[in-house]
Amino acid sequence: MSSVALEDRVGKRWRKPHFITNPMLRWTLLIGGTLYLIAAFASLEVNWPRVYEGLERGWRFIVGFANPDFVSRAIDIREGMIESVIMTVTSTIVGVAISIPVALGAASNIAPLPIYLVCRFIISISRALNEIIVAILFVAIFGFGPLAGFLTLSFATIGFLAKLLAEDIEDMNKSQAEAVRSTGSSWLQWVNFGVQPQVMPRLIGLSIYRLDINFRESAVLGLVGAGGIGATLNTAFDRYEFDTVAAILLLIIITVMALEYISGIIRARVQ
Amino acid sequence: MPTRTTSTGVKVWQLRDRNGQLIRWALWMATAIIFYVSWMKISDQTTWFFVYDAPRVAADIGGRAWPPRWEYITQLGRPIWDTLNIATLGTIFALIMAVPIAFLAARNTSPTFPLPRFVTRILKAMTGRTMTSYNVIRPFALLIIVSSRSINSLIWALLLVSIVGPGVFAGLIAISIRSIGFCAKLLYEAIEEIDENQVEAISATGASGWQVMVYGIVPQILAAFAGIAVFRWDINIRESTVLGLVGAGGIGLQLQSSLNTLAWPQVSLILFVILIAVIIGEWVSAKVRAAII
Repeated sequence: MSSVALEDRVGKRWRKPHFITNPMLRWTLLIGGTLYLIAAFASLEVNWPRVYEGLERGWRFIVGFANPDFVSRAIDIREGMIESVIMTVTSTIVGVAISIPVALGAASNIAPLPIYLVCRFIISISRALNEIIVAILFVAIFGFGPLAGFLTLSFATIGFLAKLLAEDIEDMNKSQAEAVRSTGSSWLQWVNFGVQPQVMPRLIGLSIYRLDINFRESAVLGLVGAGGIGATLNTAFDRYEFDTVAAILLLIIITVMALEYISGIIRARVQ
Repeated sequence: MPTRTTSTGVKVWQLRDRNGQLIRWALWMATAIIFYVSWMKISDQTTWFFVYDAPRVAADIGGRAWPPRWEYITQLGRPIWDTLNIATLGTIFALIMAVPIAFLAARNTSPTFPLPRFVTRILKAMTGRTMTSYNVIRPFALLIIVSSRSINSLIWALLLVSIVGPGVFAGLIAISIRSIGFCAKLLYEAIEEIDENQVEAISATGASGWQVMVYGIVPQILAAFAGIAVFRWDINIRESTVLGLVGAGGIGLQLQSSLNTLAWPQVSLILFVILIAVIIGEWVSAKVRAAII
C-alpha cells in the first residue's frame, strides 16, 4: 500500500469490503431481490386452518417413525424392495454397457466430429429430461411395471455416466495411448490397452456411485407406475398408514447409507 | 510377467496370471447370472404384448402430441410463477436452516463439551486414546443431513401433501427439507477446509466468538456458500417442475391434469416449457458461478 493511500486511511474506521464490489450491480440485485420476495410471498396461498388440521397427522407421522410397522404390510414391502433392487441392478448394468461406447464417441480426442456431435446430443437429451417425466412417457408407451422403470433408469444412467467418462477420456495421458498405437495395434486393441486402463478406476467409481443414485430414484418411480418400492409407499400414504410409511422410509435410508458406505470404500480402493 | 505356452511351444505374453484371470471370469460370471435372474423377474412382470405394440403406441402418442397447443400457454403463466417460487423460496429456507446445521456438523466449529475426568480415564483404559471432550451435537447434525439427503423431494412432497394439504406450500417445504442436507453437507465441508490461521489472527485481536465467526470464518466460506446456493437453486428448478404430480403445486399440476385427460398437445407444450425453464436455470446458475469463481 502506498503511503498516500495509507495517509488517507489513518484515523478512519475500517469497513468490511462488500461481497459484490460493483455498487450498481449490488443495489440492483438487492432491490430486485426484495421486490421479487415481496411478490412471491404475496402470491403464496397458505390454507392455515388446513395446515393446523394436518399438524395432528404430522405428529402421527413422527410417532410412526418412533415405532415403524414392518410387519402388517411385510409382503408388499418385500416385493417392492426386491423390485427396486432388481431395477437398480439391471438398469445400472445396461446403462453402463451403453454409456461406454457413447462416452468413447463423446470424447473429442477420440471420435470424429459427426459421431462426437451425435453422442453429445444423446447425453444432453438424457440429462435435460427429469427421470419422472421420462418414466411417465415410458409407462404410457410400455405399460405399467418395472420394465418402464428399468428403461428410465438406464436412460438416465447414460447421460450421467457417458458425460463424466467422456471428460475422463479427454483428460487421459496421450503418450500411453500413443505407445500402444505405435506397436501397430488395431483400433480395438488401442482402446482396450491404451485407453481403458487409464479410465477404468474412474469408470468403476462412477458406476458404483450411479448404482447408489439409481436406487434412490427407483424409490420414486413407483409413484408414476414404473415399479419398485415407490408404489408401496404411495399406497401407504394414500391410506394414511404412517407407521408403514416410516418403515419403508427407514429401509430406504438404511439401504442408501449402506450403499454410500460400500461405494465409499470401493471408490477409495480403486482410485 | 505372466505368460502362456501355446501348442507350438511359443511363450505368449498375457495381461494377468491364471488366478487373476480366474477371479475376473468369476466376477463376470456372477454379474451375468445376477443380471439374467433380475431380467427374468422383470420379464415375468411385463406384458410383452404391450411392449411389441410400443412402436405403434409411441408413434400414436407422438402424432397426437404434435403440434403442441400453443394457445394453452396463457394458462401456464401462474404455474410457472409458482414453480419458480417453490424453487427460489425453497432454496432460501433451506439455506437459512442449513447454515446452523453446517456449523454444528463441521469438526472445527461444532461445540464440544468437556468430559468428566473419570469418563476420560475409562475411555483411555478401553481404547487407549485420550479424549477430554466429546462432541454431542455433531452426530445429530449429521443424522439430519443424511435423512434429508436420502429421501427424494417427491416423497417429501407426498408426505407434506398429506400433512399440510395440497398446494404450493407443501412443495415449498418439501423442496426446503430435501435441500437442507445437500446444502449443509457441502457447506460443512467448506467450513472444515478453511484456513485456521485467519481464525487465529482474528481471535488474537481479542474478538468474541461471534466476531471470530463473522470476520474469521464467514469471509472464507462466502464464495462457496453463494456457489452452493445457485447450484441447489438450479437443481430445485428441475425438481419443482414435477412436484405437481403428487399435488404439491407448480407446473406439474397442469402436467398431471393434462395426462389424466389424455390431452397430449398440452402435455407436449408443458414438456417444452419445462425444458426451456431447465435450460434457463442452468444458464443462470452457470453465469453466476462463473462470476463468483
